[in-house]
Amino acid sequence: MVKYSERGDHIESTEPVTVSRYRGITRINHWVTAASLIVLALSGLAFFTPALYFLTALFGGGQVTRWLHPIVGVILFFSFLLLFLQMWRLNLPRPEDKTWVANIGELIKDNEEKLPELGKYNAGQKFVFWAMTVLILVLIVSGIMIWEQFFPDLVTIPTRRVAMLVHSLAAVGIILVFIVHVFAAFWTRGTIRAMTRGSVTGGWAWKHHRKWLREVAGRRTQGPAE
Amino acid sequence: MDLNLLPSDVIRASATYDLPEPSRQLEKVAKLIDISKCIGCKACQSACVEWNDTHPEVGENVGSYENPHDLTAEMFTLMRFEEWVNPDTSDLEWLIRKDGCMHCEDPGCLKACPAPGAIVQYSNGIVDFVHENCIGCGYCVTGCPFDIPRISKVDHKSYKCTLCSDRVAVGQGPACAKACPTQAIVFGTKADMIEHAHTRIEDLNARGYDNAGIYDPAGVGGTHVIYVLPHAEKPSIYSGLPDDPRISPLVEGWKGVTKTAGMAVMGIAAAGALLAGFFTRGSRVDDHDEQEAERLVEDDLGGPDKGTGAG
Amino acid sequence: MTNSWTDIKNTDLVIVMGGNAAEAHPCGFKWVTEAKAHRGAKLIVVDPRYTRTAAVSDYYAPIRPGSDIAFLMGVIRWCIENDKVQWEYVTNYTNASFLVKDEFGWSDGLFTGYDEEKRDYDKKSWDYKIGEDGFAEVDMTLQDPRCVWNLLKAHVDVYTPEFVENICGTPRDKFLAICEMIGECSAPDKVMTSMYALGWTQHSKGAQNIRGMAMLQLILGNIGMRGGGMNALRGHSNIQGLTDLGLMSNLIPGYLNIPTEKEPDWETYMSTRAFKPLRPNQTSYWQNYPKFMVSFMKAMWGDAATAENDWAYDYLPKLDVPTYDVLRMFDLMHHGRINLYFCQGFNPLLSFPDRAKLTRALSNLKLLVVMDPLETETAHFWENHGVYNDVDPAEIQTEVLELPTTCFAEDEGALVNSGRWLQWHWAGGTPPGEAKHDTWIMAGIQRRVRALYEAEGGVLPDPILNLTWDYADPFEPTPEELAKEMNGRALRTVPDPANEGAVLVEAGQQVKNFTQLQADGSTACGCWLYSGCWNEDGNNMARRDNTDPDETGAYLNWAWSWPVNRRILYNRASADMQGKPWAEDRPLIWWTGEKWEGYDVPDIGVTSKPGEVMPFIMNAEGTSRLFTRAMMRDGPFPTHMEPFESPLANVFNARMRGNPVSRMFEDDAQNLGSSDQFPFVATSYRLTEHFHYWTKHNPVNAALQPEFFVEISQELAAERGIVNGSRVRVWGKRGEVWAKALVTRRLQPMTCDGKTIHVVGIPLHWGFMGAAKKGWGPNSLTPYVGDANVETPEFKAFLVNIEPAAEEPVA
Ligand SMILES: Nc1nc2c(c(=O)[nH]1)N[C@H]1C(S)=C(S)[C@@H](COP(=O)(O)OP(=O)(O)OC[C@H]3O[C@@H](n4cnc5c(=O)[nH]c(N)nc54)[C@H](O)[C@@H]3O)O[C@H]1N2
Ligand SMILES: Nc1nc2c(c(=O)[nH]1)N[C@H]1C(S)=C(S)[C@@H](COP(=O)(O)OP(=O)(O)OC[C@H]3O[C@@H](n4cnc5c(=O)[nH]c(N)nc54)[C@H](O)[C@@H]3O)O[C@H]1N2
Ligand code: HEM
Ligand code: HEM
Ligand code: SF4
Ligand code: SF4
Ligand code: SF4
Ligand code: SF4
Ligand code: SF4
Ligand SMILES: [Mo]
Repeated sequence: MVKYSERGDHIESTEPVTVSRYRGITRINHWVTAASLIVLALSGLAFFTPALYFLTALFGGGQVTRWLHPIVGVILFFSFLLLFLQMWRLNLPRPEDKTWVANIGELIKDNEEKLPELGKYNAGQKFVFWAMTVLILVLIVSGIMIWEQFFPDLVTIPTRRVAMLVHSLAAVGIILVFIVHVFAAFWTRGTIRAMTRGSVTGGWAWKHHRKWLREVAGRRTQGPAE
Repeated sequence: MDLNLLPSDVIRASATYDLPEPSRQLEKVAKLIDISKCIGCKACQSACVEWNDTHPEVGENVGSYENPHDLTAEMFTLMRFEEWVNPDTSDLEWLIRKDGCMHCEDPGCLKACPAPGAIVQYSNGIVDFVHENCIGCGYCVTGCPFDIPRISKVDHKSYKCTLCSDRVAVGQGPACAKACPTQAIVFGTKADMIEHAHTRIEDLNARGYDNAGIYDPAGVGGTHVIYVLPHAEKPSIYSGLPDDPRISPLVEGWKGVTKTAGMAVMGIAAAGALLAGFFTRGSRVDDHDEQEAERLVEDDLGGPDKGTGAG
Repeated sequence: MTNSWTDIKNTDLVIVMGGNAAEAHPCGFKWVTEAKAHRGAKLIVVDPRYTRTAAVSDYYAPIRPGSDIAFLMGVIRWCIENDKVQWEYVTNYTNASFLVKDEFGWSDGLFTGYDEEKRDYDKKSWDYKIGEDGFAEVDMTLQDPRCVWNLLKAHVDVYTPEFVENICGTPRDKFLAICEMIGECSAPDKVMTSMYALGWTQHSKGAQNIRGMAMLQLILGNIGMRGGGMNALRGHSNIQGLTDLGLMSNLIPGYLNIPTEKEPDWETYMSTRAFKPLRPNQTSYWQNYPKFMVSFMKAMWGDAATAENDWAYDYLPKLDVPTYDVLRMFDLMHHGRINLYFCQGFNPLLSFPDRAKLTRALSNLKLLVVMDPLETETAHFWENHGVYNDVDPAEIQTEVLELPTTCFAEDEGALVNSGRWLQWHWAGGTPPGEAKHDTWIMAGIQRRVRALYEAEGGVLPDPILNLTWDYADPFEPTPEELAKEMNGRALRTVPDPANEGAVLVEAGQQVKNFTQLQADGSTACGCWLYSGCWNEDGNNMARRDNTDPDETGAYLNWAWSWPVNRRILYNRASADMQGKPWAEDRPLIWWTGEKWEGYDVPDIGVTSKPGEVMPFIMNAEGTSRLFTRAMMRDGPFPTHMEPFESPLANVFNARMRGNPVSRMFEDDAQNLGSSDQFPFVATSYRLTEHFHYWTKHNPVNAALQPEFFVEISQELAAERGIVNGSRVRVWGKRGEVWAKALVTRRLQPMTCDGKTIHVVGIPLHWGFMGAAKKGWGPNSLTPYVGDANVETPEFKAFLVNIEPAAEEPVA
């Protein structure tokens, strides 16, 4: 039974150890999602405040930005949906997450030894995952409610006002989550290659996601016997 | 009355901070719509179509005199008809109200609009949409307490009554006022209009409309389109004229604290992340980790057939 | 109108009954708004529907279509009973004191002399007692039981408030409230104005409806007064001009008559025209009839009209029937007795009753020529448009020619408004495409027909060959030439009769006005009423000076009003017997001791002494008439008659259907519905958003009122299971239509004679051409019968049934 890894995760090489973390298709999926969100954030922020209205120039003007944003929003939604389907299982909370969060200080002190061993994702990643999930749902629903071009009369104006506010708040929220996510990706050196090359080094896996590494490595012994 | 509207007479513009101080203050204007004189002839509606060269579609009848059935990007003003039985007299009253932009002193549309200069307000009170700056987002719809702006399906720009700013700019009154056969619509300085409204209210009082009054709602700072209502104590009987309109607190909140606070937290978060990225070491994997990993993998493997993945 | 639009601002009370002024005359209605805003005037509306006029009224009461006479006689009864009478006016300025022949009487809903076979009255008894001196006998004390006043009192006695409620369906309290408001205007210085139109005219007794109000206005002393009067709100922008210019089969311009067969010569014709005064010292203006008639004949035939040939009297057609009105023409066409029909600015297929009959009639023609700026339904009557015009083109052999004309905005000329003002206008646009002015087309036809007569002779070529046609371009007379011709000019130098040796008009000069016209052939004048419109002072119709001394609303220097620029007819009656204005705050004209002067052109000889010459100089009596003698076909007093199609029998005489003297063609008499099959009363009317059948061609109007609908009460909707906005079928004896249902509180069921009466309101603006949604109007349903006096069709009261219909048009 697989508990901490995807079936496709495997040891790519042993000396040095590299572990395959994401298939190519997943990586493409991730980057489409990432690009969408960046476009959405930039275009959305252009409407959010006059100080950033100049960002519309990036997309060819206000009118283009206005129609582009929600369409990219829809792309983001579906693209993230695919990611979600692939990843939701391993992002379910586990008992060790609690301890991990309780001792989060050790992480910052780089004392990961003091933290419990983890599967493929740590609680921080899981939080990002679920936060993104919820916010994207909120954004798509509220976004459609305020989508003048195609759904001008979908909801009453008072509802639309609520949706507008919710959309703005959710946007702020998701941008914050995004910052956290990107920051974590860089701060935890060796992470980016998981999404660029698809693999991580054994040391990275051992340090941050040991249970995951154990399971992936263990699966290898059983593999040919079947 | 100096009516010429120049770009320099703009006192507010959407999404614009650095508006130059206007060199002069135009006299405040107002269009007065006297419900008690209106015969619902729709001359104003057709004059508006003609003057603005719009092309409302030929719809259908759905059991009402209201045609089109709502304001549209091609119909900036609409006669609304309401059959109302006066509970005091049991008599039927046919309440006919000309709907359209109220030209709020504190315009919710302008507040909501994200596009710099797409909505402007002149110092005489006229709120005008500048279509070349409009991006068609529809925020003005959300911002307006009167449900007025409509976004064109054709050019995706927002439209509403301009108070005939293009006519006012050359010293003429609105086309609808000009066409109105009964002078139910009159146009002039706001002071004059209020004075005129008072004479109308006197007349209405004399006819038994004790609650006749002016509709110039304070909630939006007063309006530059004002009504004389025979039953001013309950504006909503006139096809849902808001009893106490004001810019929705949701809109205020959205355009107010949400923006400031949102920008602040996003800014701080982004800056913090950047700084932390530069100045903290980050979590690094060292050789020890790598060796541990190798050990772990070898332990588990127990054999040399490296390199074949499970697929 | 006796008064003018601008004069309405002077009133104290407006009654809109038999019309819907705000919707059909929105611009004129502005003066009601003025009276309300500045004089505190009140507005009463009496209409089967709560209209947009009612929306701004002070008092509204419903009435069953076709029952106005009962209402009006009821008000008169109430005024007499409550002493709301302007006594000095009634005694002196009306024929109240005149004694009527003893044989005259009324019973069973009929006046003396009725002949059921002929559907006509022998009107001999409907006249005054004439004394030995040749003058009518009077009793100024109004005591004589045979005086008009006492006959009137007796006549209206049955119209009690209960009777009115029962016949009209108007709640008694509302009726009485209105009586009170009207009664106040009997004070000499209080006036009411009556604004009416088709709600009164389009009934088989339309003329009597109007008589009813005219009588009331006389009793209140409101005729001739500023802010008073009988104000017919005319229709088409120039319909007033149409009647003035005699575009009726029985009229010559200026309300002169086309002779009948019974008047084979000039002398016989003249013997009944120039009324002699019926009272001593009285002026009877129609004594000038010969001057107007001879000048007209000279205008028509110039030198060919001579004293010797009785001014070419033989050239005039002689009518064998009273009129060749539209109903008769289409009936003749229906019987295959007309080959060629010229339809100029007229869309009869939609505007006349019984469309099925009209379609059959048009199909019998050999040639139909339509002169119109638009593609009318009449021109396309042969085209199949599904249910909207379900004809088989293969079966129709009529050839149709459409000649595109200009419309009013593209040509120059004068339009005559309801207030009799001739206002000159200039072309506002260039005609599109091949469109030509009507005058260009007609002149071309005249020239060609004339050439044919010249070449080939004919039965009677003279009237055509000798027709005056001295226009600079005979193929296109200019509006200026035509207007000048109507004004008239001196053919020879006319000496001044009052001033020996002096000249009244030089030969060749335009006459100043009709007072200069002569009966000896020295003047020519196309329309005496318009004389003065373009004289030596120039085009008076083009005047645009809106100064108005003392703000009387007269505007004497704005355009020109017939007759002789007078703005209020009978204005002599605005002053009392001594010549002092009744209403001091609103003087109009007054006697200075030597002459009449004031803000308007006096309607009396300027030196005619008050007390000697009575105010109504167009009448031989010198007074107005509460009793009309034999001048109307259906009685000297209005009497309640039911419409031809009515849910009720006539309470006076159950055998009497409609107006007992209305003309009824045989097939049409068979084609009347009854209330057992068609239980609901329908009435038809216009909406502000459209003008007849033109504006549906305009996308703006079409957008403002896109689709045909009928209005019904919530109660009727519930009874028939009809939902607001759904599709219904409305049908009657002569046809059926489909419409959207507009369910409204503005129509209420009424109770008449114990029956619940539901009204179905049918606006008239849709057809199968143009930009609006295809639809119908009421005339697939309306009966083919008209008013007894003037043949206006009974469009305002007929019977229908109604039911829900499937949503999609039946294929
Ligand atoms: N917008 C517009 N204006 C027009 C026209 C148009 O087509 N459109 N047409 C012009 C022409 S040609 C004309 S003749 C005039 C006509 O002007 P109006 O006579 O004012 O017009 P209608 O709408 O035919 O009828 C008036 C009213 O009579 C009411 N009515 C029906 N039956 C009765 C009845 O028995 N008694 C009473 N008291 N009322 C009754 C109807 O409900 C209606 O409200 O309008 C002119 N003005
Ligand atoms: N049931 C019912 N029927 C009615 C009525 C009603 O109330 N109820 N009302 C009746 C009344 S009052 C009227 S007046 C009639 C109206 O009936 P119509 O007069 O038949 O109707 P319009 O549509 O006005 O037709 C006039 C035509 O003149 C054309 N026209 C305009 N200008 C010019 C011009 O300069 N030259 C020429 N040659 N043509 C021109 C227009 O295009 C239009 O087609 O309808 C009558 N029918
Ligand atoms: C420039 C922007 C981004 C960078 C550099 C980035 C980087 C990464 C990296 C390196 C990983 C792998 C982490 C690991 O495997 O432990 C990852 C995972 C992931 N990323 Fe991103 N990412 C970006 C934007 C986004 C965006 C916009 C989204 C979603 C809206 C997103 C959603 C995810 C998800 C769902 C995962 C899976 C791991 C998890 O659940 O946290 N990423 N990203
Ligand atoms: C998920 C699907 C999304 C949809 C359908 C959507 C739709 C919209 C729409 C219709 C608008 C109004 C402007 C316009 O019409 O272009 C809008 C505004 C905005 N969107 Fe989105 N959006 C989505 C996702 C996002 C995301 C992911 C973000 C943030 C990263 C975002 C940020 C914003 C912002 C900041 C605004 C401006 C709000 C304001 O001015 O207060 N949106 N969105
Ligand atoms: S749609 Fe309204 S809010 Fe948006 S840019 Fe245009 S005017 Fe401004
Ligand atoms: S009524 Fe609406 S659209 Fe008009 S100024 Fe006020 S907020 Fe703006
Ligand atoms: S003021 Fe001008 S734009 Fe506004 S409703 Fe009137 S005509 Fe239309
Ligand atoms: S033009 Fe005047 S009277 Fe006519 S509907 Fe408009 S406001 Fe009312
Ligand atoms: S036609 Fe139109 S503009 Fe002319 S009087 Fe009638 S409503 Fe007024
Ligand atoms: Mo008419």
